Amino acid sequence: MSDEKKPQERVGVYVCHCGTNIAGVVNVAEVSEWAGREMAKEGVVVARDYKFMCSSLGQELIQKDIKEHGLTRVVVAACSPHLHEKTFRTACNGGGLNPYLCELVSIREQVSWVHTDKSAATEKAKAIVAGGVRRVVHHEPLEPLHVPIHPATLVVGGGIAGIQAALEIAEAGYPVYLVEREPTIGGHMAQFDKTFPTLDCSACILTPKMVDAGNHPNITLLTYSEVEKVDGYVGNFVVTIRKRARSVNEELCTGCGICWEKCPKKVIDDKFEAGLGYRKAVYVPFPQAVPKYPVIDRENCTYYQKGTCKACEKFCPTGAIDFAQEDQVMTVEVGNILLATGWQLFDARKIPNYGYGRLANVFTSLEFERLSNAAGPTGGNIVLRDGKTVPKSVAIVHCVGSRDKNYNNYCSAICCMQSLKFAHLVKEKTGATVYNFYIDIRTPGKGYDEFYQRLIEEGTLFVRGKVAEITDAARNPGEEGKLIVQVEDTLVGKQRRIPVDMVILSAGLEPQPDAKEVAKKFGISCSADGFYIERHPKLDPVATMTEGIYLAGCVQGPKDIPSSVAQGAAAAARIVGKIQQKEIALEPVRATVNQEQCSGCRICNNLCPFNAILFHEDRMVSEVNPALCQGCGTCVAACPAGAISGTGFSNEQILSQIEGLLMLNLSSKEAAAA
Amino acid sequence: MSEETKSFEPTIIGFTCNWCSYRAADMAGTARMKYAPNVRLIRLMCSGRLDPTFVFKAFANGADGVLVSGCHPGDCHYINQNYKMLRRFHLMKRVLAQMGIEPERIKLLWASAAEGAIFAEEVNKFVEQVRALGPLNWHPGNGAASTVHTPMSAEEVPA
Repeated sequence: MSDEKKPQERVGVYVCHCGTNIAGVVNVAEVSEWAGREMAKEGVVVARDYKFMCSSLGQELIQKDIKEHGLTRVVVAACSPHLHEKTFRTACNGGGLNPYLCELVSIREQVSWVHTDKSAATEKAKAIVAGGVRRVVHHEPLEPLHVPIHPATLVVGGGIAGIQAALEIAEAGYPVYLVEREPTIGGHMAQFDKTFPTLDCSACILTPKMVDAGNHPNITLLTYSEVEKVDGYVGNFVVTIRKRARSVNEELCTGCGICWEKCPKKVIDDKFEAGLGYRKAVYVPFPQAVPKYPVIDRENCTYYQKGTCKACEKFCPTGAIDFAQEDQVMTVEVGNILLATGWQLFDARKIPNYGYGRLANVFTSLEFERLSNAAGPTGGNIVLRDGKTVPKSVAIVHCVGSRDKNYNNYCSAICCMQSLKFAHLVKEKTGATVYNFYIDIRTPGKGYDEFYQRLIEEGTLFVRGKVAEITDAARNPGEEGKLIVQVEDTLVGKQRRIPVDMVILSAGLEPQPDAKEVAKKFGISCSADGFYIERHPKLDPVATMTEGIYLAGCVQGPKDIPSSVAQGAAAAARIVGKIQQKEIALEPVRATVNQEQCSGCRICNNLCPFNAILFHEDRMVSEVNPALCQGCGTCVAACPAGAISGTGFSNEQILSQIEGLLMLNLSSKEAAAA
Repeated sequence: MSEETKSFEPTIIGFTCNWCSYRAADMAGTARMKYAPNVRLIRLMCSGRLDPTFVFKAFANGADGVLVSGCHPGDCHYINQNYKMLRRFHLMKRVLAQMGIEPERIKLLWASAAEGAIFAEEVNKFVEQVRALGPLNWHPGNGAASTVHTPMSAEEVPA
C-alpha cells in the first residue's frame, strides 16, 4: 500500500514452541523457516523459533536481535495477546524499540489448542504470522496515556470479603466507601452459628471486624444503600449512590432499642432469620448490627400503611424518628472499585421431590444455621418446626441444587464441610442419629479432612447416593409420622428407605439474583452461571477485564470464609498498590480526527456513547477528546470521509492484516488456476 | 454435495471484539475444544469498529466467508456499540447480495467471554455452511478486487 513511501521496515518473527503446547501440533520450525524465506520481501530479516519465548532467554533473544539486526518491528507468534502482549511489549521496550511496534499473534489458543490436523494447523499458523507481519509494518510508535488515580476506593458489599478489603485499604491510609444494601454489614457470615472446621463462633470472630469497619476513620459506611450508576474509568470513577431513607435520624439515634421494643408490628424476618423468626417493623437485623441505627420497614410499618401509630416516635427519647426522611442520592469520586456482593442460597423449592416448603420438617442449611444459633429464634435449640420436639434422627442431604444438570452444574464448594458441621452440631446438641447423604465428600482445605475423620469417629452415618425423594407417605408402621428418605445406596447397590424426624437440605450457593444487572452497571463480564469473570482464572483471580474493577468473595464463585478473606485482602493489596503509583498508564488506543479531512457532517457525533466527540461550530469540524475516548473505533468505521483514524487499529493495519491472512490462500488458488 | 465441494476447504475471516468474542475464542482454546481450522481471526477493540470495507476486502482477497462476532446485545464493553455494528451489518448484507455474494457467506455471532463452546460450535456450523456453497472465486484476476482496493487507503480520499 503505502510501502513505497515508507522506508522498508526490518521485521523479526519469533515463533514460540510453548513446550509442546504449540510445537505438538504446529510445525514451528517450518513456520519460522517459511516466514524467513517467503516473508523476506515483506521486510522479515530474522525468523526464529524458540522453546519458550516468554522466558527471560526468549525475551533476551528479541532484544539481542533488535540491536544486532536493527529490527524496527517485532512479531511474536505464541499465546493470546491477553496473556503475554505486555510481556513482549516490555521486552521490546527493554531492547530500545517502542513497545507498540510489537505484535503478538495467537497460534496457541487459536491454532494448536483447537485443531488436531497438523498440516492444516501449520498452514493456519503461517497465515496468522503473515497477517501479523503485514499488520506490524503499519504500526506507529505510541506513548501510553497517563491518568491520575483518585485515592478513594468503593467497596460494594459488606460481607466478610468486603469488610476485610475495606479494613486493609483503610489501614493503609486511604479512604474507603463501603456500600451495603442491607441495614447492617456482616453479610451471610453474621447468620451462621459455627464455622468449620474449627467450630469458632461465627459472630464472635466477625463482629469485632464489623465494629472496626464501622469505627475506622477512613471508612465511610453507607448501609441501606445501593449503587445506581457508575461513570468514568479507572482512576476516575464517578459513582452515584442511593442511600435509602431509614426514617431514623442517625445524628440523634443512640441505638437504645426502645423503638423496636415499643413497635406493635411483628414481621416475619425472612432475611436474617431465614423466615424462622420475627422482627419488628422498626428493627436492627441483629443485636450486634453495625451501624447500630434501626430502619423502619415502610412496607410493613402501620404508620406508613395506615397513617396512624407512631409508637416509636412517641417513645424515642432523643426524637430521632423522622417519618419524612427521604432517600439521599450522592455522588462520590473513586479511583478503584471492589465488588464483593456475595451470594444467595439456592431455592430448594425448585426441587419438588425434596418437599421443602411442603413438608414442615425439611429445613434449608440457612434455616438450620439460625436454629442452631444461640442468638436465633429458638435460642440455639435444635427442634422441629413445632418449636419443641427434639429430633431423634436427622438426615443431611448434600449437593442440593449443585452438581446437578437440572439446576447448577458447579460444585458449591462449601456444602460438604457445612453438612459435616451440621452433623456435629446435631449430634452434640441432641444426640440424634445423623445420616449424611452424599455423592462425594470433598474436603480439600486445611484441617477439613481431619474434621471428616472426626465425624466418622463420632458415629455420624454416611450413605453414598443422591437422594431421590423425601416423602411423608409411610409404607410400614415404622415409617408412620416420619420423613422417609428414598435413596440408592451406591456402595451397597441397593435402594434404601430411611425414616427420620428432620431433613436438612445443604443447598448450594448461587449468584445474587441481580448479578447480571450489577455486572452491566459496572461494565464487567458475567459467566453463564452468573458469577463474575476474573481477569485470569489462575494468575489473576482478583482483577476483572475492566481496569480498576476488582472482585472478592463468592461474587467470583462459591468459596468458604478463609478464601473470601484471602481474596478480599489480595484485592485490597492490589488496589493499594495502584493508588500508591498515583497514576496509571492506559492503552493509547484512541480515535483522532484529521481536521483537514473532516467535512463536518457530524455523523460521528451521535455514535459515541462516551460523548467524547465535540463539534467546533466555528470551524465546522469534529474533534475527539482523548481523555473521554475509550477507543472502541465505532466512529472510525463510520466516518464517510475516512477522516478519523484509530491508533492501534487503523484501517491500514486491519486491511493489511486481512491481506496477510489470505496471502497463502490466494497464491495457492492462483497456482491452481494457472 | 458434489465431489468437488466435499474436498473444498473454505477460508473464513473472522472479526472478533477484544472483550467478548475474542475471549470466547481464547476460552475455546484454553478448554481445548476442537473446531475447524478454516477460520482466521482478526481482533478489533469492538465490533463497532467493523468497517464494511474490511468485509469487502476479505472477500476480494479470497475469503469464502466472513464471520462477524461481538458481545451479546446489552453486554457491549462500550455500552451499545454492537448495536451500531448491527445496523451496518444488515445494510452490508444487502450490498453484498447486490454484488452477487450469497448472504449465507456472512454470519453474525454473539458470543460472551464465557461462551467458548458456543463459539467453537458456531464456527463449525458456519464452515459447513460455506463449504456447501462452494468457493467464492471473487479475488484479484477477475477484476473485483481492484474496484474494492481503490478506496482502501485513507490518503486517497478527498477531503
